[in-house]
Amino acid sequence: MAEAKKPKREKIPRQEMPRQAPEVRRRNFNEVALGYTPELMALEAKRCLQCKKPKCIEGCPVRVDIPAFILKLQEGDLAGAAVALYADNNLPAICGRVCPQETQCEAVCVLGKKGEPVAIGRLERYVADWRISQGTEVPEMAPPSGKRVAVVGSGPAGLTCAADLARYGHQVTIFEALHAPGGVLIYGIPEFRLPKAIVHTEVEYVKSLGVELILNCVIGKTLTIDDLFDDGYEAVFLGTGAGLPMFMNIPGENYNGVYSANEFLTRVNLMKGYLFPEWDTPVRIGRRVAVVGGGNVAMDAARCSMRLGADEVIIVYRRSRVEMPARAEEVENAEEEGVVFNLLTNPVEIYGDDNGWVRGMKCIRMELGEPDASGRRRPIPIEGSEFDMDVDTVIMALGTRPNPMVFTDAGGLERTRWGTVVADETTGRTTRERVWAGGDIVTGAATVISAMGAGKRAAADIDRYLRGEITTWMPAEEAQKA
Amino acid sequence: MYEILAKEELGTVNKLMVIDAPLVARKAQAGQFVILRVVEEGERIPLTIADFDREKGTITIVFQEVGKSTMHLGLLQVGDELASFTGPLGRPTEIENYGTVVCVGGGVGIAPIYPIARALKEAGNEVISIIGARTKDLLFWEDKVRAVSDELIVCTDDGSYARKALVTEPLKELCEARKDIACVWGIGPAIMMKFTSLTTKPFGVKTIVSLNSIMVDGTGMCGACRVEVGGKTRFVCVDGPEFDGHEVDWDLLMARQRIYLTEEKRAFDEFKLKCECDSGL
Ligand SMILES: Cc1cc2nc3c(=O)[nH]c(=O)nc-3n(C[C@H](O)[C@H](O)[C@H](O)COP(=O)(O)OP(=O)(O)OC[C@H]3O[C@@H](n4cnc5c(N)ncnc54)[C@H](O)[C@@H]3O)c2cc1C
Ligand code: FES
Repeated sequence: MAEAKKPKREKIPRQEMPRQAPEVRRRNFNEVALGYTPELMALEAKRCLQCKKPKCIEGCPVRVDIPAFILKLQEGDLAGAAVALYADNNLPAICGRVCPQETQCEAVCVLGKKGEPVAIGRLERYVADWRISQGTEVPEMAPPSGKRVAVVGSGPAGLTCAADLARYGHQVTIFEALHAPGGVLIYGIPEFRLPKAIVHTEVEYVKSLGVELILNCVIGKTLTIDDLFDDGYEAVFLGTGAGLPMFMNIPGENYNGVYSANEFLTRVNLMKGYLFPEWDTPVRIGRRVAVVGGGNVAMDAARCSMRLGADEVIIVYRRSRVEMPARAEEVENAEEEGVVFNLLTNPVEIYGDDNGWVRGMKCIRMELGEPDASGRRRPIPIEGSEFDMDVDTVIMALGTRPNPMVFTDAGGLERTRWGTVVADETTGRTTRERVWAGGDIVTGAATVISAMGAGKRAAADIDRYLRGEITTWMPAEEAQKA
Repeated sequence: MYEILAKEELGTVNKLMVIDAPLVARKAQAGQFVILRVVEEGERIPLTIADFDREKGTITIVFQEVGKSTMHLGLLQVGDELASFTGPLGRPTEIENYGTVVCVGGGVGIAPIYPIARALKEAGNEVISIIGARTKDLLFWEDKVRAVSDELIVCTDDGSYARKALVTEPLKELCEARKDIACVWGIGPAIMMKFTSLTTKPFGVKTIVSLNSIMVDGTGMCGACRVEVGGKTRFVCVDGPEFDGHEVDWDLLMARQRIYLTEEKRAFDEFKLKCECDSGL
C-alpha cells in the first residue's frame, strides 16, 4: 500500500468506450461496444482516487475489491489486475458487459457526486478480455473429497456454484434442460450485447475444472430431484432461473405475430434465427413492431427486431423513462438505433385480421399516481384516452416467473406465492434438507451478478455441509431469524 | 449419444427410428413426447413417443417427411447420432380402467395412438381401435395395433385398402351402436382431430386429442405452443399435449400451425435442391 503512488487528481473526463456507429449496428448482430483501447483504459484507470474507505465495493453485490484491481491497472500490471478481479468474480467478462453498474458500484463512486463516476464496468471488461486472450489456466484445486453434487441449471448461478464446488474438491454434475449451457446468457441476451464466444469460454473453463455437464436433461421430467439423491448425489443446488413468460391476458394475445419475449429471443439467440435459413429455426418479424415492457428484456427484443429488418420498433411502457428498469446504457443504445419510446402507455387489446394475424393494437394512456410497493409511482389509466397503434408484431416483455417443472414429484420445497422457492439468503438453504437454491429461482428475475453471488454463497455452504461442519439443517425461515 | 439403432420405412412416406436414449426411456409413458434436433444448426422439433423400451433404453419415433427437418432426419442412417433428444415431455395419458374405449389413429398419428391403446388394454379396458390414412401406402402398424385391441377397424380415404371411409365414419357408427363408450382418444392431423371431436360431441362421449402445435423448448418457457381450451390459454407442452377435444379452439390451433408456412417452404425447397445437387455430384 505504502509504495503505491496515488495518481494526482487530474481533470481526466470519463472515457467513452468505442462503439459501432448506430446506423451500422442497427442492422447487424456484431457486438455494439468494442471495448477500451490500452490508452483509453490507462486514462480511465487513472481517474480512480483509491479511496481509503471505498464505497464501490459495498455497491457491488459480490464485493469485488474494485480499487485493488484498478490500482494494478494504474501500475500497468494487467496480470495482477486479473488476479485481484477474479478473486471475487468468476465471470467478469460477462459482468463487465451486462451488470447495471449505474445502480451498483458506479452509483456510489465518490467521483460521481460532482462529476462522472469511474467507468468500473468498462475497466472490468478490459481486464477480463485481456485475461481470456491469454488463455485460462486451471486454478488451485482442493484434493478430491469423493462427494458428488448435482447442480440443476447452467445459468450464472449454476455455473458459479459448480465452479466453486469443483475447486473445493467435490465432484459436480450440472443438469441442463436445453441443448446448450449458459441459461439467459445464451438464450436471452443477444450476441450484440454479449458475444456467445465469451459464454462458451466461461463454460469451457468450468468444464476444465472437472465439472460434468449433462445437457437435454429436464429435472422434473427426465429425472426428478429424488432420482438425483437416489443416484448418489449428496447435495443438490437449484439454479433453474425464472424462465416462465408472462402475458397480459388481454383479448387477441394469441394471434399470429404475438410473441413472448422469451420465445422471440430464444428463436433469435439460442436457435440463431437471424441466420435462417443456414440455421433451421425461422423467426418472423413484421414491418412495425411493438415491444411491451421497459426492462433489459424489452430493450433486447426491440434491438433484435431492428436488426431483423423491421421498419419501425416501438417500446410501449406503462410508466415513464425514470422507472424503466433496463440498464441505462441499453436504453441509450436502443434510442440511438432508432427505437421509438411510447411511454405512459399500456395495451388493452390486440386486433387480428381474418387469417388470425395481428393488424393493430389498442392502447390507453397512463399517468403516475402514488408510489406502490416497489417504491415506483403506480401507473393509472387515463379514462377515455384509448388510441389505436398500427403494428403487425407484438412482443410481450412483461417479466418472468420461475418454471415449476423442477419441483415435479419433489416434496418439502416451500415456495412463495410468486412461485419462487424459499431459501435462506446467506446460505441458499431451502426448506428441504440437502437442497440449496440461488439466482432468479429465489429472487425472481434479477441480475447476472446477484445470481452469481447466490451461487457462490451456496457453494461455500454446501462445502461446509459436505465436510460435516453443519449438523442440523435449519429451515430457511429460522436461519433468517438467527 | 442419441444413436439411431434401427431404421425402418413404413410405406413410402413414413419412417421409423429407434433411438438410444436410456434417460428418456427410463421415465417415458404413453402420451408423452420428445424434442429433438437433427444437427447442430437444426430446429427443435417435437415428436410424440411411438414406443419405448425401458430395459434396452430406447425410444421409437415415427415421422412423416413434411419439411426440411423431417426430411433431413429421414436421410440419417443407423449408426448416425442426433444432435439432441430431450424428454419425456408433457403429461402422460391418464390411464385407468374406463370400461370401453375407442382409439383413433389417423395417418402418422397411428404411431402415438399405439402405446396409448396398449396401456389402456393393459389397464383392463375393452379397446376398439380405428386406424386410417389417405391411401394404403400411408398405413402401418395394423398388426401391432390389432394385437393390443379387442377390435380393429381399418380404413383408407380412397378405398385402396380395407374399408373406404374417413376414420370418423366408423367412429360415428360405434357411437350410435354402443352406448357404453367411456372415452375416445384421437390422434392425427389437426383437421382429423377436429372432426373426430365433432363426431363424438352429439353423443356426449369424452374425447381426448393430442395437440401438435409449434414448439421451441417444450418446457413451458416460450409460449409458442399456446392454444385455447375451454376459453383459456394453455401451453401444449406442459398442460398437454392431451386435451378435451370438445373444448379446443381448432381454428386458432390451425392458424398458429401456419405461422411459419412461408419460411418452412423456403427451407424445404432449398434443402431439396441442395440434396439433389449433392446426389448429382
Ligand atoms: C433478455 C434478458 C436480458 C437480461 N439482461 C440482463 C443484463 O443486462 N444484466 C443483468 O445483470 N441481468 C440481465 N438479465 C437477467 C439475468 O440474465 C438473470 O437474472 C440471470 O441469468 C439469472 O441467472 P440464473 O442462473 O438464476 O438463471 P438462468 O440464467 O435463467 O439459468 C437457468 C438455467 O436453468 C435451466 N433450467 C430451468 N429449469 C430446468 C430444469 N427443470 N432442469 C434443468 N435445467 C433447467 C434453464 O434452461 C437455464 O439454462 C437479463 C435477462 C433476460 C431474460
Ligand atoms: S414449447 Fe415453449 S412453452 Fe411450450
